[in-house]
Amino acid sequence: MESDAMRVDGNAMAGILGEVFVQEMTAVRIACGGCGKVEPVGAEHAYMRGPGIVMRCCHCDSVLLVVTHTGETHRFGVGRAKWLDFGEGA
Amino acid sequence: MARAAVRGRLNWALGEVVELIDETPRVRSIVLDVPAWPGHRAGQHVDVRLTAEDGYQAQRSYSIASAPKDQRLALTVEGLSDGEVSSYLVGELRTGDKLELRGPVGGYFVWEAEMGGPLLLVAGGSGVVPLMSMLRHRDASGGAVGARLVYSSRSWEDVIYRDELERLASATDGPEVVHTLTRSQPSGWTGYARRVDGQMLAETSWPASIMPSAFVCGPTPFVESVAAALVLLGYPATSVKTERFGPTGG
Amino acid sequence: MAYVSRGFRGKRAKEREDARLPPGQYLVDDFPVLSAGPTPHTPFEDWTFTIESEMAELKRWSSESFRALPSEEVRADIQCVTKWSKLDTTWEGVSVDTLLEGVEHDATHAMVFSDGDYTTNLPLEDLLDGKAWVAFAYDGLPLEPEHGGPARLLVPHLYFWKSAKWVRGLRLMDHDEPGFWESYGYHIYGDPWREQRYAGD
Repeated sequence: MESDAMRVDGNAMAGILGEVFVQEMTAVRIACGGCGKVEPVGAEHAYMRGPGIVMRCCHCDSVLLVVTHTGETHRFGVGRAKWLDFGEGA
Repeated sequence: MARAAVRGRLNWALGEVVELIDETPRVRSIVLDVPAWPGHRAGQHVDVRLTAEDGYQAQRSYSIASAPKDQRLALTVEGLSDGEVSSYLVGELRTGDKLELRGPVGGYFVWEAEMGGPLLLVAGGSGVVPLMSMLRHRDASGGAVGARLVYSSRSWEDVIYRDELERLASATDGPEVVHTLTRSQPSGWTGYARRVDGQMLAETSWPASIMPSAFVCGPTPFVESVAAALVLLGYPATSVKTERFGPTGG
Repeated sequence: MAYVSRGFRGKRAKEREDARLPPGQYLVDDFPVLSAGPTPHTPFEDWTFTIESEMAELKRWSSESFRALPSEEVRADIQCVTKWSKLDTTWEGVSVDTLLEGVEHDATHAMVFSDGDYTTNLPLEDLLDGKAWVAFAYDGLPLEPEHGGPARLLVPHLYFWKSAKWVRGLRLMDHDEPGFWESYGYHIYGDPWREQRYAGD
């Protein structure tokens, strides 16, 4: 895929995910419902500068997760993430 | 591989600026005292949030420069001309001021001595910051793992941590440091004078056959081209961890 | 409130007292780029715009036939839901009224769709009567990809996330349905003057 200056790593979402989840999220593995590939959250692509933060599959660009700050609270949206594996030693 | 650590939900904490160090004309390190700082792992970052009197907020992530065992937290920030947060941190911030931050975060782009190596670190500009935390940690833990840093800067004046890198490199067991200066070079310069490319990496990186761990950090286009070049040199994609800084702005 | 950072003002050009600004907005002099994904780079020669119903394609333009349509200059204030506003921006585009001319339908709403799977929904009446355009130029120059080029929807009376970048068409519907940001928590309509930023506002 073409380089895109706005694209960063899922690791950049660690702070916002840390406010939503109790667990450090970047090593959690996520399965893409679009192409089926499994990667740690830290390796996926993140787009941080928008009305919300969007995590996309680093292989097929499918939207996996979306975090929006809707006024008072965070809303955590699930796009095409099939599952998240919180296992230890991922 | 990073363990998924369980801890309480992250909150914003207030650190006090105790020291400011001008690393280069555009780059400044900010040393903070953060109450109950839990310590961090080399490569992690913090999110910094600024709030104006009318409630307007801006937030950015900055890599931690200090070594994990340091008492105080150090961030190194490059001031970008159109960056509302970075220009405040590099220009306006004074010792005694407080800074709101959240972290440390980012368990994916970390290196700990127990993870072994050898290490290949490739930095574009201020992308050297988290890699410096790794080198400082390596130095503090006995330097047993081989390490090479390929570091791209615009000019010799823009090289961050220049003297400290020379000192580290000159020690036995120190890292090998290779600079490339892309815009201007001092007279008599015999080193690389161009952007990092496949040829340069072929000449400076560890061979893929010894299974190195690679960490690449800097502006997004830099990181993506270096990561692609390493994969072409035979590095498995899973052995190349990237930390893209986004566009060079903000 | 969060800790106030001594001496921090941010990049805003003016305070929020300006009467032309809806509540909660501030002025900027640059043109911030926000995105939810990689920037598409569709060359204008390959770009098409379609109007569809739920069942079929009703009309299609190539870039050539699109540019043959009458276009107009638009001067508008734009309001982003992330609180920045820009006054007196100038665009050139084809009015959506022109595009819907002669299209037979009984639609009440439309789903706008773009490259990169972005969508946003609007009541049809917010696209008619000189309120919306498909714009291909900004500030006298061809619209750049980072700002939505080759063409974006322009609906200045609503928050700017409704002005879909990289627009490729409209799907006419007989009901309302949330598009991308609307389904992740943003307001289904998005009137800046009633500060309708989030669902439930």
